[in-house]
Amino acid sequence: MRVVGISKRLGGRRILDAIHLELFKGQTKVLIGPSGGGKSTLLQCMNYLIFPETGFIELEGQTIDPRNTKALCAFRQQVGMIFQDFNLFDHLTAVDNVAIALRKVRGWSRRQALERAMAELERVGLADKATLYPAELSGGQKQRVSIARALAMDPKVMLLDEPTSALDPELVSEVLAVIRALAQGGMTMVMATHQMGFARAVADEVLFMENGRIIEQGPPAALLTPGAATRTLDFCSQLEGGI
Amino acid sequence: MQEILTVLWEAAPFILEGAGITVVAVVGAMFLGLGIGVPLAVAQTYGTGSVRRMADLYVWFFRGIPILVLLFLFYFGLFAWIGLNLSAMTATVLVLGMTSGAYQSQIVRGAILALPQGQFKAALALGMSRAQAVWSIILPQALRLSIPGWSNEYSILLKDSALAFVLGTSEIMARTHFVATRTYQHLPLYLLAAAMYFGLTWAGVGVLRLVERRVRIKGYGETA
Repeated sequence: MRVVGISKRLGGRRILDAIHLELFKGQTKVLIGPSGGGKSTLLQCMNYLIFPETGFIELEGQTIDPRNTKALCAFRQQVGMIFQDFNLFDHLTAVDNVAIALRKVRGWSRRQALERAMAELERVGLADKATLYPAELSGGQKQRVSIARALAMDPKVMLLDEPTSALDPELVSEVLAVIRALAQGGMTMVMATHQMGFARAVADEVLFMENGRIIEQGPPAALLTPGAATRTLDFCSQLEGGI
Repeated sequence: MQEILTVLWEAAPFILEGAGITVVAVVGAMFLGLGIGVPLAVAQTYGTGSVRRMADLYVWFFRGIPILVLLFLFYFGLFAWIGLNLSAMTATVLVLGMTSGAYQSQIVRGAILALPQGQFKAALALGMSRAQAVWSIILPQALRLSIPGWSNEYSILLKDSALAFVLGTSEIMARTHFVATRTYQHLPLYLLAAAMYFGLTWAGVGVLRLVERRVRIKGYGETA
């Protein structure tokens, strides 16, 4: 996947400034940086939930034309998105949350879709919660359901927008464990996070974003080793020192 | 006293039949209004350009004119002018339904706006089209949230339906008026009519409460 020269202005402010990003199969990239730096906007541009003003996205050599509705829907199916506040469908049980896109978008039968949905819930360790509604689940469980929901579409790339930021501290690890298993299973991912330990352990590359630009990028070892004179390390020590 | 009771006793079945007609008219108008209101609400929230403006125009028109004027305008004016020969009852259902559609659209629009918009984004991110996302994600929830508003709309519409007597629809009000002008027992007869409206309001609101409880999402909106 390639992101080429993405720029976006909102209310006269430049949110993204000609961002370039190249993502290879199986890579995990972590976006870090201060709030308002453009991480979330970049991720949402990467599946055209927000249309950038300039630049384009390429997936496996194919340029996506966002004005072609059919192509756009087909593209989005290949790019899974995980949101900070889960965005589960409140009127559907956990298993139906996972199954609905298979039925409506892929046109699978109800039985087929439910079978696949159960398999995905099992993968995130929630098979026993299948018939519960979102309001009956904890935050960590909700986020795992939303990961199962994205995985059911067999995405080629997963975009994760601060998946643990809305969680109580004791629920963070269960979600990170699922994401780590995904990374180890070879999923291609871009994840915005403030979990530095996680970034160090899992990321192939860390991108530091500020004021709509990627100002530093490199392997976590290079950017985050104690003593490295990087803006990234500076930011991270503030984060960790603050906690 | 004896005379009053005799009049009431004799008029009751006649007026009760009118209550049946009132119910048919109001329920018909509610459903017609639902059929009009939901697409209007979707057009106003997710529509663009001319679609949205048309929806706004419709709502602006029907909310801006008294029902009595609309009844005359359509029954004696518009329907006659385009050569439609409708019964008073059909015209009543159509006019009440079209008006209710304007009000119901605002109930549903409010419900749509009250939903967390992230769910719409999540649906798009899964590859759903906007129409699919509205149909399978937004509307099932928005319609649930609309039920209390409908309860209100039903009770207003029920009482507005009394105006239909000016077209000659033989509902509660028309029949009560008919008997009262012939027997001069205005007080007991209109009290009877009032009691019927009261009972119908109570019953309809009760039915909607049941529906609300039936389609409630588990755990949703409960305070911990």
